[in-house]
Amino acid sequence: MTAATRTLATLRTGLFGTRTNTLVTAATLLLLSQILPPLFRWAVLDATFTGNAEACTRAGACWSFVAAKLRFILFAFYPPDLQWRPVLVILLLAAILTASAVPRFWGRPLLFAWPLTILACWLLMQGAFTSTPIPSNQWGGLPVTLFVWAVCFAAATPIAVLLALARRSTLGGLRTFSVLYIELMRGTPMVGILYVAMLILPMALPDGLSFDKMLRAIVMVTLFWAAYIAEVIRAGLQALPAGQTEAATALGLGFWRTQQLIVLPQAFRIVIPGLVNLAIGFLLATSLLAVIGIFDLLNAARASAADPQWLGFYNEAYIVVAVVYFAICFGASRYSRWLERRLAAGRRL
Amino acid sequence: MSDRRVFRTVMPGPSRPGIVEKVRGWWGGWPLGQLAFLAVIAALGAVFVHNVLDTMARIGILPGFGFLSGSANFEIGESAIAFRAGDTYLRAILSGLLNTLKVSLLGCLLATILGVAIGIAGLSRNLLLSGLVRWFIEITRNTPLLLQLFFWMSLAKALPAPRQASALFGTIFLTSRGVYIPSVSLEGGPFGLAAALASTAILAVALLFILRLCRSLTRRTGAVAITLAFAATFAALFLSGARPVAELPALSGFNIRGGLNLSPEFAALLTGLVIKFSALIAEIVRAGIQSVGGGQWEAARALGLHEGQIIRLVVLPQALRVITPLTTSSYLDLTKDSSLAVAIGFPDLVSIINTTANTTGQSMEALIILIGTFLTINLSLSALMNAYNTRVALRGSTR
Repeated sequence: MTAATRTLATLRTGLFGTRTNTLVTAATLLLLSQILPPLFRWAVLDATFTGNAEACTRAGACWSFVAAKLRFILFAFYPPDLQWRPVLVILLLAAILTASAVPRFWGRPLLFAWPLTILACWLLMQGAFTSTPIPSNQWGGLPVTLFVWAVCFAAATPIAVLLALARRSTLGGLRTFSVLYIELMRGTPMVGILYVAMLILPMALPDGLSFDKMLRAIVMVTLFWAAYIAEVIRAGLQALPAGQTEAATALGLGFWRTQQLIVLPQAFRIVIPGLVNLAIGFLLATSLLAVIGIFDLLNAARASAADPQWLGFYNEAYIVVAVVYFAICFGASRYSRWLERRLAAGRRL
Repeated sequence: MSDRRVFRTVMPGPSRPGIVEKVRGWWGGWPLGQLAFLAVIAALGAVFVHNVLDTMARIGILPGFGFLSGSANFEIGESAIAFRAGDTYLRAILSGLLNTLKVSLLGCLLATILGVAIGIAGLSRNLLLSGLVRWFIEITRNTPLLLQLFFWMSLAKALPAPRQASALFGTIFLTSRGVYIPSVSLEGGPFGLAAALASTAILAVALLFILRLCRSLTRRTGAVAITLAFAATFAALFLSGARPVAELPALSGFNIRGGLNLSPEFAALLTGLVIKFSALIAEIVRAGIQSVGGGQWEAARALGLHEGQIIRLVVLPQALRVITPLTTSSYLDLTKDSSLAVAIGFPDLVSIINTTANTTGQSMEALIILIGTFLTINLSLSALMNAYNTRVALRGSTR
């Protein structure tokens, strides 16, 4: 049997194997025939591909809007002549994320590379070494989404490790604090946390010490995500047999050495797929920054359709950002699944 | 006295620790360090609160919850209780809370129904159907909820005006002024439909509880009790002269009258939440059913059970052990994510709290109310689901 006939045979049993199966296929086709043709007509047949807003009078999509506003959707109000900076930020973040995804690179150098990359991104965005610094309210689009995501995740992880250790420790005071903190954060919606960043934090800081909205949001989101990451790490700590810690203690290692050399490396190996899934959720959650008026990718897309010259092409803008989010998150979830299989294979050996 | 002392000295084994020892044991090692850490946290909190109070004093706002009885000079688009501009802030917040609860409860219910259906469809051996489900789940899971809400909102606004709207199945109108669906109401009775349903539910739960106390709660007695509760309510309603009236929306003049009108914001929010979370629940259901090993199916078939029995008696009880805790956290997430309503203009709790904070300047108090409310909802929902979870887990492991 050749590959082609085998595929054909699979398809035949998969679609028309039994009578019920044939019925299900017919029903699904009926459903698709209701959805797909209008969509195709809107996206392709009736769509406008060139020209300006006046040309987009047909019933279909206006893809020339996307061509005209793509720069704005990706970079929002960032000064166009300095656009190489956010582009470089995206490339830097993509590089460090790719490096972090390769199990061979997991180790100390990567741990040091992260803060350096974040610092470099911060300097680039803020316009260091130019005559005029660029305030964060001009930042926008994809670099903001990726930057806030990377910074908050990277900063939240060490806090989360401490919280998870405290929650599992025998120290009653710290354990109670950790439980209260985690439950408080996990019980609050992220919008509420962002409002705290926007409304309370400026009032709570001493006079003269004020920092901008972006930084405030980053601080609060970091504290918020730390609770979620801590719960995932705690699952890894719980999965570790007690014999590991006992053996380390018997060898004369202290608490911190035990955690650093024995417990955390193994716990992290167990929870990395879970952390990747969490990170996907967090990337999607960064879109909530729009609620407090930060121009992340989604908010930039919305603003692009509010341009008087191109008013109202919201669906086209949303489709573009949906594709960007989907590409990143779908890739990450595939990676997570691959990693899970690989780590499971490693444990069996 | 001396006898007792002798008795105590000959007691074998370690003595029970006193209360001080217990507390000390619970507090654990490194006692002063822990105290110092907690003291630093408390001091930090105190400084923050002090600064906030200072700022409030400087801009002339009196701290405290007194503002709740002040009059709120804004309108609320839709509310379960009557609200006019000029009513108290407390009433405004209550109305926001009811809106949040309404959309969350309906969202959980519909997302569960749709999610279970999609999850089972995804397990189908039909390649086309399972492929379609796969893509639906991937697309919904990998795009932000807020984006989906914006999309549904722009779709809701792009619907035709009531005059041009065509009816789905002859009864549901999708228009730019919202969705019109058929409604059922009670007329002529002493109380409305919601009260009737609530009293039925309370009666049913009470009957089930009594049965359980008498240790005679089985599937059959349970069903009888629930039927009795319904019969009692209906009889009471009938005797009091109430008649259920079904109302279909219909076009009259420039508008649609009759039926229940869901505002575009509510419809978009509900659709967005249901679609997003049905995909998550579908994944959970699939994982739960797949977690039951193939050997279980084979053994059940070997025992001569048919498909329905296998699913009901063998697969579902085991799958529920996986499904329940995960669904619980989905419900909690849905409730929290209903707060995205603020971005599309549905007056939920967060949106009203935001307006309150902006109009009164009492942002700290407003946010305390917000966080406290969500904590209460979350903790009670998770307590409820944990109770159910222990039942499911016990049934799976003991019987």
